[in-house]
Amino acid sequence: MSDERIPILRMGDYLLVSIQVDMHDKLAVRLQEDLTETISRHVSKGVMIDISALDLVDSFVGRMIANISAMARILDAKTVLVGMRPAVAITLVELGLSLPGVSTALNVERGMALLRKQLERGEHADERHAQ
Amino acid sequence: MASLSDLISKNQNALIEAWTRELLGNPTKSPGRITDAELRRQTHSLLQLIASALESNDDVASPAWQPTREFLEETSRSRVLQGFDWAEIATFIFSLKKPLFAVVRDACGRDSNELADRTWQASRLVDELGLHTVRTLQKVRDAVINRQQTELLELSTPVVKLWEGVLALPLIGTLDSARTQVVMESLLKAIVDTNSETAILDITGVPTVDTLVAQHLMRTVTAIRLMGADCIISGVRPQIAQTIVHLGIDLTDISTKATLADALSLALKRGGFVVTRRGAS
Repeated sequence: MSDERIPILRMGDYLLVSIQVDMHDKLAVRLQEDLTETISRHVSKGVMIDISALDLVDSFVGRMIANISAMARILDAKTVLVGMRPAVAITLVELGLSLPGVSTALNVERGMALLRKQLERGEHADERHAQ
Repeated sequence: MASLSDLISKNQNALIEAWTRELLGNPTKSPGRITDAELRRQTHSLLQLIASALESNDDVASPAWQPTREFLEETSRSRVLQGFDWAEIATFIFSLKKPLFAVVRDACGRDSNELADRTWQASRLVDELGLHTVRTLQKVRDAVINRQQTELLELSTPVVKLWEGVLALPLIGTLDSARTQVVMESLLKAIVDTNSETAILDITGVPTVDTLVAQHLMRTVTAIRLMGADCIISGVRPQIAQTIVHLGIDLTDISTKATLADALSLALKRGGFVVTRRGAS
């Protein structure tokens, strides 16, 4: 139980996190630590969090997702949240957690396309800034 | 002194006769909807039921009165279907008073105390039966209204697929919390089922937008965004645009378009589609 971790898969410049078990405090904190660690080690450009297996969320999980996204942004990685179920979306809205600043996509495929697009745009912006 | 139950049983035929005559002579009875024979049959059955139930007690709510109550409910229901109004249906019961009081008067003779007691008992009985009838009518009507409300709720949320990856939901009527919930659920489900990237909420049919409606719209839009799809609100009429600004509602994060056509064209553009007229230079 104490060794339980959420696997972080590396795909080139991107990291893929698939949350398939119920989140509890310890697991969430460990995920934040592992993820920030992995991003800085591999200099990852994007993080994709797949929550298609989650059918229950509370304000804690919602806040954790927002936190992870904010941490990744500071480490210069974009975060995309994919596969949210309708019931989860409704619950989050009811809880007043609209997750501003977190990109979302319908599925992993779309999420990957979105990350690529955002990254291209970001590089263009950096070039423009440098000129 | 005979009890009310005995009085009714003894004078049953006379009562039925007088009651039916009362009903037929009543100016509120619309002719043609119910035959005289049918009316006679109903008064006959009801009086028999009342007489047998009275043998145990005179509390209309008690189990002994169950068959009587069921008969009343059945007759009221069939009369509603036949197009009678409430007054006519209630009159059916209340017309029993006059003949019943006459029977009581004949039986009591000169004993005024007895007469008052019996009359009160008979009056209360008929009132209870009448009340039960009205209550039944109300229940029938409430059931109809409830069913229509649910039907309306389901009718009013058709999710339409406009294009590959583009869904539209034309909203008609006022948005309240219950409707927003249904709208949100059906739209989110359709987004997952069809794997659509864009959803268009068309509010052409929404008569007014107040802060509450705007809040409901925002919640729907946020939920759609959380799912990973885009939302466009279309059909914003000039008055509604003015109201939204006057109310100080912030819609800056939401794409809004004046017509559904504009919204569709934006959705197609976002999806990478180009619409051109053939042969146009």
